[in-house]
Amino acid sequence: MVKSVLAFGQNGVSDWLWQRISAVILALYFSFIFVYIVLHPGLDYAMWQALFHHTAMRIFTLLALLGLVIHSWIGIWTVITDYIKCFCLRLFLQIVIVLALVVYLFWGIQILWGV
Amino acid sequence: MSQAMSEIKFSIYRYNPSIDAKPYMQDLSLSIEQGTDLMVLGALKKLKELDETLTFRHSCGEGVCGSDAVNVNGKNRLCCITSVSELTQPIVLRPLPSLPVIRDLVVDMTQFYQQYEKVEPYLQNDTPAPAIERLQSPEDRAKLDGLYECILCACCTTACPSYWWNPDKFVGPAALLQASRFISDSRDTAKSKRLTDLEDAYSLYRCRSIMNCADVCPKGLNPTQAIAHIRTEMIKEGV
Ligand code: SF4
Ligand code: SF4
Repeated sequence: MVKSVLAFGQNGVSDWLWQRISAVILALYFSFIFVYIVLHPGLDYAMWQALFHHTAMRIFTLLALLGLVIHSWIGIWTVITDYIKCFCLRLFLQIVIVLALVVYLFWGIQILWGV
Repeated sequence: MSQAMSEIKFSIYRYNPSIDAKPYMQDLSLSIEQGTDLMVLGALKKLKELDETLTFRHSCGEGVCGSDAVNVNGKNRLCCITSVSELTQPIVLRPLPSLPVIRDLVVDMTQFYQQYEKVEPYLQNDTPAPAIERLQSPEDRAKLDGLYECILCACCTTACPSYWWNPDKFVGPAALLQASRFISDSRDTAKSKRLTDLEDAYSLYRCRSIMNCADVCPKGLNPTQAIAHIRTEMIKEGV
């Protein structure tokens, strides 16, 4: 059996399941944002800020952010391991991408609780 | 009175590693009586009468043994059950994609069989053997339909992009269909072990449900569905 060191989960089953769970969260989140924008034609900064001031909205956004990190981690890891055969380049890209995703997550949290 | 003849055009992959520096496509044609038809295998046999160096595998000649799978006009098929009249010309024949070529249309199936071995394709039962036989209800037997019919022709596995990228790690649709066949067998007691053996990120999970496998299977089997079944069983065990 192949150990996948830089994969998101410990095995294929959990990766597969997390990719589906995060996809559902992302679909719900972006549908909500889309509907919200359509229903509020005169959207201004104050309304937008008020929306993100709700605890529920913050949690929802945090979940979406986590979903995005997990979804891209699993997806990009798969693409890299399929198409990039050179070990050094593969390792380098995987580390850079995972670090970037973690940075985005904390940065996102900071922005979210800063509004 | 001479019969009217019609011409069938072929473009065939030729490669003899001991003579040719690299593979090339050879244009060949065959005349048959107008209004008659034949299978691609029949045509290959006639072409071999004209050029005896043309090399291909075949055995039963009726879609049962799975030895004459080749890539016909871009799709993996069995030569013996593919009639010439249903194909556009020139009929392009190539060896199955991704496997090493031994000569012309003959490929080395070693890796394909190694992947098959990995799924331990035989019944395992650790309970004491009964005096006569292990019985199975008709309902349980029906669960094996659509799985046991596989003839290991490798049409599916060699059409699968996930197998092209990771032929050493992804076991491929044919072997996974067999894994599913034993996981579904009421007489087999090794189900948990079989599932654990496949749960890493490559063996099964490289399948991206592209369905090339189900599209080409000459026996009309659906490896994608079998793979989905294994996944469901894994999640049921693991959650
Ligand atoms: S469904 Fe899975 S096994 Fe079948 S061709 Fe696609 S990736 Fe390969
Ligand atoms: S599943 Fe179908 S295509 Fe694949 S090896 Fe078996 S018979 Fe051939």
